[in-house]
Amino acid sequence: MRNVVALILAGGQGTRLGVLTERIAKPAVQFGGKYRLIDFTLSNCVNSGIYKVGVLTQYKPHLLNKHIGIGKPWDLDRKDGGVTILQPYFTEKEKVWFSGTADAVYQNIEFVDECSPEYVVVLSGDHVYSMDYNELIDYHISKSALATVACLEVPLSEANRFGIMVTDLENRIVEFQEKPSEPKSNLASLGIYVFQWNFIREVLMEDAKNLESSHDFGKDVIPKIIETQRVFAFPFEGYWKDVGTIHSYWEANLELTRPIPAFNLYDENWRIYTHSEEMPPAYISYESKIKNALISEGCEIYGNIENSVISQGVEIGKGTVVKNSVIMSKVKIGENCYIENAIVAENVVIGNSVKIGVGQFAKSKLNSDVYNSEITVIGMDSIIEDNVTIEKNCVIGIDKVLHSNSKLNSGEFI
Amino acid sequence: MKVLGLILAGGKSEKLGKLVYKRASAALPIAGKYRAIDFTLSNMVNSEIIKVGVLTQYNPRSLMDHLGSGKEWNLDRKKGGLFILQPYVGMDGQYWYKGTADAIFQNMTILRRGDEDYVLIGSGDHIYKMLYNDLYMFHFSKGADITLLTKELDESYDIKDYGTVVVDNNMRITEFYEKIENPPTRRAFLGIYFINKHLLMELLYSTVPNGGNDLLLDVILPRINELKVYAYDFKGYWRNVKKGIDEYYKINMEIIENRDIRDELFFRNGKVFTKLKDFPPAKFGSTSNIENSIIADGCIISGSVKNSVLFRGVIIKAGAKIENSIIMQGTLIEEGAVVKNAIIDKDCVVREGQTLIGDFDPVVLEKRMII
Repeated sequence: MRNVVALILAGGQGTRLGVLTERIAKPAVQFGGKYRLIDFTLSNCVNSGIYKVGVLTQYKPHLLNKHIGIGKPWDLDRKDGGVTILQPYFTEKEKVWFSGTADAVYQNIEFVDECSPEYVVVLSGDHVYSMDYNELIDYHISKSALATVACLEVPLSEANRFGIMVTDLENRIVEFQEKPSEPKSNLASLGIYVFQWNFIREVLMEDAKNLESSHDFGKDVIPKIIETQRVFAFPFEGYWKDVGTIHSYWEANLELTRPIPAFNLYDENWRIYTHSEEMPPAYISYESKIKNALISEGCEIYGNIENSVISQGVEIGKGTVVKNSVIMSKVKIGENCYIENAIVAENVVIGNSVKIGVGQFAKSKLNSDVYNSEITVIGMDSIIEDNVTIEKNCVIGIDKVLHSNSKLNSGEFI
Repeated sequence: MKVLGLILAGGKSEKLGKLVYKRASAALPIAGKYRAIDFTLSNMVNSEIIKVGVLTQYNPRSLMDHLGSGKEWNLDRKKGGLFILQPYVGMDGQYWYKGTADAIFQNMTILRRGDEDYVLIGSGDHIYKMLYNDLYMFHFSKGADITLLTKELDESYDIKDYGTVVVDNNMRITEFYEKIENPPTRRAFLGIYFINKHLLMELLYSTVPNGGNDLLLDVILPRINELKVYAYDFKGYWRNVKKGIDEYYKINMEIIENRDIRDELFFRNGKVFTKLKDFPPAKFGSTSNIENSIIADGCIISGSVKNSVLFRGVIIKAGAKIENSIIMQGTLIEEGAVVKNAIIDKDCVVREGQTLIGDFDPVVLEKRMII
């Protein structure tokens, strides 16, 4: 058994997910009906036989902490190893917050040292993918590398959105380009790294002393070590998504409802584990018509659903149509509603005869960088009363109430 | 006050036919993801009973597999927890349980050890949701020695299959009729007992060695006048899967048809816990057509499903038609197959174009059959 520690970076805010991460960290955002984003990485770890996992949190970690608990759903409640939540802490140097990904690992050097591993795998807690990290580590070993970066071939036209690795013939990284306007390669970094621990430990100690560094693996550490050390690119072939924007989040969810989705949730040999509430199977009524949908346990469905993902414990009333939408857990939707192109976050209550996603698209008045599609987003715990109309590209914050008969035009927000 | 829970899950039931060839009736899959025993076990846990003994005998493998360490019911504990009480071979012979009283008698240790004052005895075959706290209060307020859970059964129950009781104004039981035609009342005993632990021990010590092996018939009924035995009426939904395949089928159909029953069983007074399987959500394809059905996680449905229960991981291919059926975990129904009025056990395959049609009595397909 190889001695490996996995560190999952789960402190990010995910600002481009707007209201979805206003109360919770991005890794805690629900995905695919019953999961939260961190489940994919955690499941990859245990499916790869890695049972020493540290989860580094920072931004609004409460729900995430509760979700992970002692790691029981992932078999990470163990006598040795298991899952440990690593939150920022106060020391005599008075530095509290993690200032970058490399700094986050640096501040937890003691945790890793306790396990004295040979390899450390550094992962993101907010990506959707299945990867056997053994393949990555095997590759790392076969190349006698000190560091290996998992990469995905992306279309050259999209390469400017990623950190691009330029490699030589044996896949050694010779140059790193951060979001290049003229990419020299189409190998994009996935933010998944494996390091020799004793090597990266020294590098991090040095980086911490460097006042000019922003202490980020992608921006500072990798570009620096490729100059002198053997750093390799591991070519990953498979599904991988950083559901970083409202549109990509929505699209990746809806993709799961396609006949043969790119990402397979149903692989018996690679189960995705999650902490889910105990609920009875879903009930589908006489009147319902359901096409291309994922429906989770605890649902009571009396309406029609098309191209949508419905999470646990959702109620959809008679005569209601839900189309191209993501409905998160415990949402209650009344009768005769029409909901299209919407993301409805957890515990939202929607009354009768509510219309969402109608009308013409208009530019967001809140933040057109984040909200730039037809998708209307409703934040956690909000209440939409009867006969409300909400048009396209609207944003309803968390804990808001929209009173009966009110209307929100496209692009507006409350 | 501390209560010890005992669940009788050892009985054999010929009436369930093929469904219990390979499992105890308490392990019968029901309502899309549960096993019969989950209801009583969850009721106990929801009523803050933290020590539960499960008495098994007949075909226990599947039940053991299901219960595991009791983790899903929060019964993997240092204090209390889950105890599996199986018959065993001792120094002086083999002792299969000869009856309910004998089964408890042979496991006297669980009664003797521990600091519980009372014992709640339930059955692994009952489908109901109840917090027992009101039962306890009733027991104390009456100063009862034993309280039996009873229910006024309506016409949908065949009363001759149940023991019935006659009570006085104070709910004290004066007469008991064991499974007779046309009993004087329809107040049936549900097979659930609440009793002081030390009294139970005394009664067992004085009865079982003299050949009385049944808790009700040999231990309690002969003493019905000397002990204060009371009846506590349960008002909610209650059914016993052991009554037969028809009853089993009916329970599943009632859960589909009646939202109030679903609400009562699954959403009120605590949850029903069961073994976790980590299936992804159910997926409905573009050719699927679902009416009035219960669909568990992990199903992939492209065909049409009507008035049916699909357990976890059932796959219904395009063009297949399922009606009035119960399909258990991992079964595959291929393209164009027709299944009506059927109960299909786990891991079966109904091949392309095949039909399986029951009549008034549902047809049962045994575990791992391929047709």
